[in-house]
Amino acid sequence: MSRTVIRVASVSKRYDIGQRERYRTLRDVLSRALTVRRNGIIGKVCGDGVNAGHIWALKDVSFEVQEGEILGFIGRNGAGKSTILRILSRITRPTRGWADIRGRVGSLLEVGTGFHPELTGRENIYLNGAILGMKKRDISRKFDEIVTFAEVEKFVETPVKYYSSGMYVRLAFAVAAHLEPDILLVDEVLAVGDVGFQSKCIGKVDDVARGGRTVLFVSHQMNQIRRLCGRTIWLDAGSIRDMGPTPEVVSGYERAMSAGYRVGFERPEAPRVKARFLRWEVVEPRSPQANVLRCHGPVAIKFVVEVNEVLPNVQHGIGLYDNERRLLWGTAVHRFRLDRGMQEFIYKLPMLPLRPATYSWRVTLFDEDRLLDDWECVPELLIATAPMTHWRDEWAGTLNIPCDFTVSQSSESEG
Amino acid sequence: MLGHGGVSKDGAEIESLVGDKVNLLEGARRVSPGSGWRGLDLRELWEHRELLYFLVWRDIKVRYKQTLIGVAWSIIQPLLTMLIFTAFFGTLAKLPSDNLPYPLFYYAALLPWAYFSGALQQVTNTIIEHQRVITKVYFPRVILPLAAVLSGLVDFAVAAPILVGMMLAYGMFPGLTMLLLPVFLLLAVVTAFAIGLWLSALNAIYRDVRYVVPFLIQCWMFASPVAYPSSLVPERWRLLYGLNPITGVIEGFRWAIQGQGQLPILLGVSVVTVLIVLFGGVLYFQRMEGTIVDVV
Repeated sequence: MSRTVIRVASVSKRYDIGQRERYRTLRDVLSRALTVRRNGIIGKVCGDGVNAGHIWALKDVSFEVQEGEILGFIGRNGAGKSTILRILSRITRPTRGWADIRGRVGSLLEVGTGFHPELTGRENIYLNGAILGMKKRDISRKFDEIVTFAEVEKFVETPVKYYSSGMYVRLAFAVAAHLEPDILLVDEVLAVGDVGFQSKCIGKVDDVARGGRTVLFVSHQMNQIRRLCGRTIWLDAGSIRDMGPTPEVVSGYERAMSAGYRVGFERPEAPRVKARFLRWEVVEPRSPQANVLRCHGPVAIKFVVEVNEVLPNVQHGIGLYDNERRLLWGTAVHRFRLDRGMQEFIYKLPMLPLRPATYSWRVTLFDEDRLLDDWECVPELLIATAPMTHWRDEWAGTLNIPCDFTVSQSSESEG
Repeated sequence: MLGHGGVSKDGAEIESLVGDKVNLLEGARRVSPGSGWRGLDLRELWEHRELLYFLVWRDIKVRYKQTLIGVAWSIIQPLLTMLIFTAFFGTLAKLPSDNLPYPLFYYAALLPWAYFSGALQQVTNTIIEHQRVITKVYFPRVILPLAAVLSGLVDFAVAAPILVGMMLAYGMFPGLTMLLLPVFLLLAVVTAFAIGLWLSALNAIYRDVRYVVPFLIQCWMFASPVAYPSSLVPERWRLLYGLNPITGVIEGFRWAIQGQGQLPILLGVSVVTVLIVLFGGVLYFQRMEGTIVDVV
């Protein structure tokens, strides 16, 4: 188990600003050469920093990965998570430093690359498999498995341009998921497809890891990270901010993130309708961030509804989802009246005993039986209460219920 | 910034290693900034031969999808051009044709030329066309230009029997020299590949290239003995003229169907030129390979 399969040493990656523009032309290059020269002179005169023309996507990043480990990468967009995977999969080279990789690397950086719309499902499986580095023999061996996994049995001989987007994504993921690399790089692909397919994908990553292979996993979904990764690296602006056991790193990350959230998030302008949800917040316990819950105990949640005409007979539903889009709780209120103006829906709960993570509300509003609004509430609900469950993720469960434990002499006398 | 015990340990361990020469992990592959100038990793290329096969297969499969007459296009193009050349350069301008009937004289040149010009156009755009793929998956990038020049061979294969048919129609029996045709064809393929390495890498960085290429192809055709025999070129310019590898290819084709005379000396010059361009192309392409995804 303790064989090192990846060693990353002081890797830095520099991108020149403007390098990733759609494309360059000679004219740009010539004019840039001129401006650089001019700026160079001006820079010297004014004492400007001349090296403002580039950014460091990664700065001096070092870590090691052991065989069979599932290592998570978290961080904001642009923190360098994807860049590190791109370097490890040899798509691009580091500007400084180096990385040693032992074994075959397969990546799920983006599925469906190399699919050709004119080719049939069968043909694309072979083509895409080859692009991802599979041998023809292996593709043939796994062909049926891939087709079954993707649930496209009936359409194998159909050009993929006639596929629905769901089928397309499923097939693409299925091919990639049946690679058998020694090291698997996964970047945010599990955000594809419907809920059922997503859990299937997570299961697949689980299997890969359980098969003793190494997985590097990038996700914004802390629940997935918590569930899959033993160790996690938190990247911030190209450097490692924290690295260690997942629960500690993730909770540190979430604390930092929640501090940055804005209060009073309003929905963007929508066309005037009979009624719609405007915003939501946690009203009890009060906290500087209206979407963050920090204490255990009674909770009150408020949804503000804009009502533009009297609605004598409305229905309203609510659901609370976790990061993997599992419904944790839901209820509905039937047949009540709404007057014009701003209305507040308030839910009082004795407690919301959920583990620290992000969750989301979904609320609906019906006039009689006609849907008026169906809102996936933003921002997400962030639960940042102290964890009171098992310190090891796999034993912690979903709920975060405070409990007291005592040991005392039993009053029942023996025999 | 580093918080946990595990980190500082890992970090310190590595830091002490980074200093200078560090042993490669056993059996590992190192990803590093690289020295820039590298040759081809032939073993790696060989490991990816199936990918090359699939890319060529896909190009062929997709090429004539949604066309009415499909693969017939690969015959019609050189055939029509041959008719036009015969009418204008032959019958009207009465250019010499090395004692070959005009249609045969032109078709023997247009067959490799159609392949070459088509391959150049394909190969120029190949990196850009595969932009999405190369920014997501690693494989030796050189496979892309290779696949682009190889897939054009199908058109050649379809149009080639017409040449034999025409020879028979003119009462010329294909001789043993025809056996050398594949060698001349290979020279055309290697030339397209060598030039393609430059063009595809340059085009990924400067999109100007794709506007230049049609013009380049046009000039190149007049710099090659497609519409006239190379015997028309003054003796003192011959050597310079021979630097163009396609001259060798076309002269070779005409020599092969004539089945007599001397193998053109220009061929030797052509081969040397191609090898030099190829060598430079490989170096340039490999140098760009590591960072091409950052600019594409």
